[in-house]
Amino acid sequence: MARIRHALADVPRAETPDAVPVERTYHRVHGDRTPAETADLLAENLADYRAIVHRTDAPSLPALIARLLADRGATSVAVPPGLPDSWLSAVPDAVRRVPDTAELTPHDLDAVSSVVTACAVAIAETGTVVLDAAPDQGRRRITLVPDHHICVIRVPDQVVGSVPEGLERLDPARPLTWISGPSATSDIELDRVEGVHGPRTLEVILTGPPAGPETAGQSR
Amino acid sequence: MPAFPAAADASTRNTQLRANLRHATHTIRAKRATAVAELDDWSSLRAAGAAIKDRTLRHLDQYLEQLERAVTAAGGHVHWAADADEANRIVTELVRATGEREVVKVKSMATQEIGLNGALATAGITAYETDLAELIVQLGDDLPSHILVPAIHRNRGEIRDIFAERMAEWGRPAPEGLTDAPADLAEAARLHLREKFLNAKVGISGANFMVAETGTLVVVESEGNGRMCLTLPETLISVVGIEKIVPSFQDLEVFLQLLPRSSTAERMNPYTSTWTGTTDADGPRTFHLVLLDNGRTDTLADTVGRQALRCIRCSACLNVCPVYERAGGHAYGSAYPGPIGAILTPQLRGVQSELDASLPYASSLCGACYEVCPVAIDIPEILVHLRERVVEGGPVSVRGTRTVIKPAKGHAAERAAMRAARWALDHPRVLRTGQRLASRTRRFHPRRLPGPGRAWSDTRELPKVPEESFRDWWRRTRGESGTEGRKTTT
Ligand code: SF4
Repeated sequence: MARIRHALADVPRAETPDAVPVERTYHRVHGDRTPAETADLLAENLADYRAIVHRTDAPSLPALIARLLADRGATSVAVPPGLPDSWLSAVPDAVRRVPDTAELTPHDLDAVSSVVTACAVAIAETGTVVLDAAPDQGRRRITLVPDHHICVIRVPDQVVGSVPEGLERLDPARPLTWISGPSATSDIELDRVEGVHGPRTLEVILTGPPAGPETAGQSR
Repeated sequence: MPAFPAAADASTRNTQLRANLRHATHTIRAKRATAVAELDDWSSLRAAGAAIKDRTLRHLDQYLEQLERAVTAAGGHVHWAADADEANRIVTELVRATGEREVVKVKSMATQEIGLNGALATAGITAYETDLAELIVQLGDDLPSHILVPAIHRNRGEIRDIFAERMAEWGRPAPEGLTDAPADLAEAARLHLREKFLNAKVGISGANFMVAETGTLVVVESEGNGRMCLTLPETLISVVGIEKIVPSFQDLEVFLQLLPRSSTAERMNPYTSTWTGTTDADGPRTFHLVLLDNGRTDTLADTVGRQALRCIRCSACLNVCPVYERAGGHAYGSAYPGPIGAILTPQLRGVQSELDASLPYASSLCGACYEVCPVAIDIPEILVHLRERVVEGGPVSVRGTRTVIKPAKGHAAERAAMRAARWALDHPRVLRTGQRLASRTRRFHPRRLPGPGRAWSDTRELPKVPEESFRDWWRRTRGESGTEGRKTTT
């Protein structure tokens, strides 16, 4: 520490950090969008990064989740403790529920086909979903080890436009995982390959009121 | 390690290497320009990024103390390492205390810089690199050549051969009949590394950012290997340079926009993880943060060179550099290649060795690196500053003590430097590309820095990069006989 102070001999002792101006003249959000347009942009950017995007409304959500698991041939699904019961209500009992508990080891999880979670917030401009390990999302590991992640976003209340808008909704004390598309690498001749270590398939469900002229333009 | 020109000559003759490099740098360069063009406030973000980092650096002592308090309050342990040896010793002891002999690693420049893997190996601990490119480098007994894509010098055929021949020595062998299709290679890496992740008890990482206010660390990645190392082991050790601080959580809004677009040319990288100390029953139960100096305070003491510590390691400057494109990353002889390496390495290590004295000359001063840098580091200015230090000597800070170094005139170091300069002169395409870029971007070079750098540039002229060409500079500092090269140095 003394060394650092010594190195900063040119900085006047009385100077406070505020003396170095930081002008935040950048945009809070890029462009003017209605909530419906923001959701569209989110869907577009997620798809651009090779997430598979579905749109539905609350009554149809359980059937959609059941279908997506069936399409993958999932035999087991990791379930965060606070996931709404109704979400998996249409999934047949033959699909084993694996509750997220502290005892669940990485090896246990490696044998699990899929995971279904909610999210904390989603960022339209970057096509990002953020998980904050809340009860409806579970421990970080459950969305990492299984190869298939279904993430449900409530539209419009969980969708923001930009990175600054997303950050202000998040609590730094919680562990955060920002996910933009499935795991990917470009390390081999810069050819993008989806899926190295994280889930190779990311399916995102935007659930909310049916899109229509009466919802577009509403400020929620 | 030979001085820059010798190493650069070797790689310039390697046509495969040059072809791989050119393909890669040109591809990323083009994509980056598109990603940046999407944001019409890029210059404001860039100015804010530079300003936040300047604020941090000018008050680094306060922010480090704040960070230490916050990390400790969140359940982490903070250690201070003055140099590479000390950092390696701390990490080795922490791993030993767990009783483990194997660790999984997230790609990290800081651990690369201090040679941690070698130090752990000496202590009987095996460190597994888990980033795909780092894995390729490790299995191939090779060195990284790029900040972002360390195995950029390897093509798919070479990678296939390395996997097929070497994976078995390190764990799960490559599948029979492995092809060179990128998807197959990625799958082989997935299988090989998964057994490591699932069994790992200790993870080692760096961090892209540390938030002083909250004690939050941030790792930005793509593959998920980072998430594996950060969340599955019981103990996590992060080795981070002291300059990686940002003051507030809100400041991340600037860097999480600047970094992915400058680096991988994406709107956002696939995964970003943040953690604050430890969390009950989620992730490692023990977290150690090792704060690394290793020449950073000496760099901080130099008011011109200090700005190099703003660097967020995006690698954009490598991809636009005509010298890097021809010389390759290995020629720079350190964890930091390309333009940022040419200014950072000689500052972290001093300019006494031949290699380090030659690095500030490994440039055509074209200014392209400054144009793309998301935190507006004036690399050409620092290069000129360091060249003057090599030739004329002057006051510097070495391991915290002010001292005056003698000019390198007549020393092996100066000869190496002059050979590096000649290397650039002897590669007319390097120079031509450079000069073309310089004249094209000339009107963008501000005479005064906006916002952040204003206080600093008020008292000093920004370098007239395009006005003083490399050749002119050569003549001015080398005198009449300068172009005759080596003869003048004896
Ligand atoms: S110097 Fe600038 S462009 Fe180069 S790696 Fe650092 S931040 Fe990126």
